[in-house]
Amino acid sequence: MTRVRDAHRTVDAVWKLESARIVAALTRMVHDVGLAEELAQDALVAALEQWPAAGVPDNPGAWLTAVAKRRAVDRIRRERRLAARHQQIAHDLGRDLDVDRDRGLDEELDPAPGAGQDDLLRLMFVSCHPVLPTEARVALTLRLLGGLTAAETARAFLTGEQAVVRRIAAAKRTLAEENVAFDLPAPEELAARLSSVLEVVYLIFNEGYAATSGDDLMRPALCHEALRLGRLLATLAPGEAEVHGLVALMEIQASRSAARTGPAGEPVLLHEQNRGRWDQLLIRRGFAAMLRAREAGGPPGPYVLQAAIAVCHAQARTAEETDWAGIAALYDALVRLLPTPVVRLNRAVAVGMARGPQAGLDLADELHADPHLQDYHLLPGVRADLLLRLGRSAEARREFERAADLARNVAERAFLRRRAAEAAAPEPSGTTLGDAARRFLTRPELDAPTVRAYGQTLRRLGRTLGEGPCWRR
Amino acid sequence: MRYLMTSLASDTAPDDKLFAEMGRFIEELTASGVLLATGGLEPGGVRLTSSGGEITVTDGPFAEAREAVGGFALVEVRSKEEAVELGRRFRAIVGDGVSVLQQVFGP
Repeated sequence: MTRVRDAHRTVDAVWKLESARIVAALTRMVHDVGLAEELAQDALVAALEQWPAAGVPDNPGAWLTAVAKRRAVDRIRRERRLAARHQQIAHDLGRDLDVDRDRGLDEELDPAPGAGQDDLLRLMFVSCHPVLPTEARVALTLRLLGGLTAAETARAFLTGEQAVVRRIAAAKRTLAEENVAFDLPAPEELAARLSSVLEVVYLIFNEGYAATSGDDLMRPALCHEALRLGRLLATLAPGEAEVHGLVALMEIQASRSAARTGPAGEPVLLHEQNRGRWDQLLIRRGFAAMLRAREAGGPPGPYVLQAAIAVCHAQARTAEETDWAGIAALYDALVRLLPTPVVRLNRAVAVGMARGPQAGLDLADELHADPHLQDYHLLPGVRADLLLRLGRSAEARREFERAADLARNVAERAFLRRRAAEAAAPEPSGTTLGDAARRFLTRPELDAPTVRAYGQTLRRLGRTLGEGPCWRR
Repeated sequence: MRYLMTSLASDTAPDDKLFAEMGRFIEELTASGVLLATGGLEPGGVRLTSSGGEITVTDGPFAEAREAVGGFALVEVRSKEEAVELGRRFRAIVGDGVSVLQQVFGP
């Protein structure tokens, strides 16, 4: 029994490692993603039937590929015979009917060396084809390139399994109806098609990253899935700067995973995270991807710019050492390419840090009319921080309360209520913690490392007690 | 999840075929985003021992060469079974010997 279960888990693992390559190779043979996946699934079923008894073969990936290909060949032979028979009927005598019509089929279907990588890239372009709605692109990509089951995808996206099954079936139908070719896009099409792929990968990443709690393992697993797709894409399309930019952005964001939540699962803002818990391996991989983006050249696109901002944060050893001027300049460039409300809000925060709270507030105020931000708690949250720094505490309190009302996360709401209460407190007549800390830190007998060490702690304490900006994690 | 695979040093000298196969394997794992880091380890090494507050530094080798770790690979996978599968492919390429797989917990 255990052996059967182990074999099933091994089959599942092999499938996830191999399915993309198998489906890609088969799609080149049969020119139909839906049919290719069906044939590959047949091979998976064969493995589930045979491996528990016969044991897992030495090279399970090759085994699955061989079985799936055999089925594809059988299918093509049958179709060709059928077509030939139709032809025979049409021509009545069928003089030229050649029973060996499919002689050489195996050679014909044998891929050229190196075709595997190109096939994978083609499969990505097909899965993310613009004729498909975004949700379908995401579901199909997870299915065809990640080997995820409908149940796994449903769990990750908090939807029903049947909905995912329907979505994937509809996507395959659309691809067939629209005659989407299994080809690499033409040069003039490449940029648009590639941005569709990048959008899907980043969407998958964010779906996993947005879930701060680790209750459901499937959602954080989406981050890994997206990273894996991104790293693969970077090898398949090494000349595209934006691909490396996206990989760098995801590696660096993922490096903060462990530091993003506190002991009670509460969100910890980027500024207050324990940088010792950032994953240095992922940060280094992010920097390396950024170098590759630079080598690829061209004007920086939205992913390269976002990655550059992430690099700035990752390079600061402490929150206080953050290069806000550099980040604000990057946001100035980003907002021209990607003027979304969230980017503009983040820019307001960066500008508030780099050029003073009034400059940040002016930018945040421009966003008031934006309908996308009407119910977004971070807008009043950011305004509250800036107002507080300008000494307008009554207004700041109202904004914190508004932000708390809009926040959907319980921990975040509690945090904002606390800030509102603190902002409301009457100006203390005695010494404030901030003043005391500043006086303490400017004592001449302290050496630099001591100032840095104490300063960090005191500033963190100050922020916890109600100072400093609201900042995305 | 991450797994660290360490492999004991082997006394069979690698030939060109093994180098080529291993190169392809490493390339494939890197491309698919699975392999995060890999490397060979110097035989011997330096040992640090602390006992009763005293720290002793000793140069290697310490054990039979065949018991020393000769290389490592850090992989990011979705399940233990995936790690085992990758380990299996690695062993099939390098031939006789021993590798150990251990899950790595986060920073």
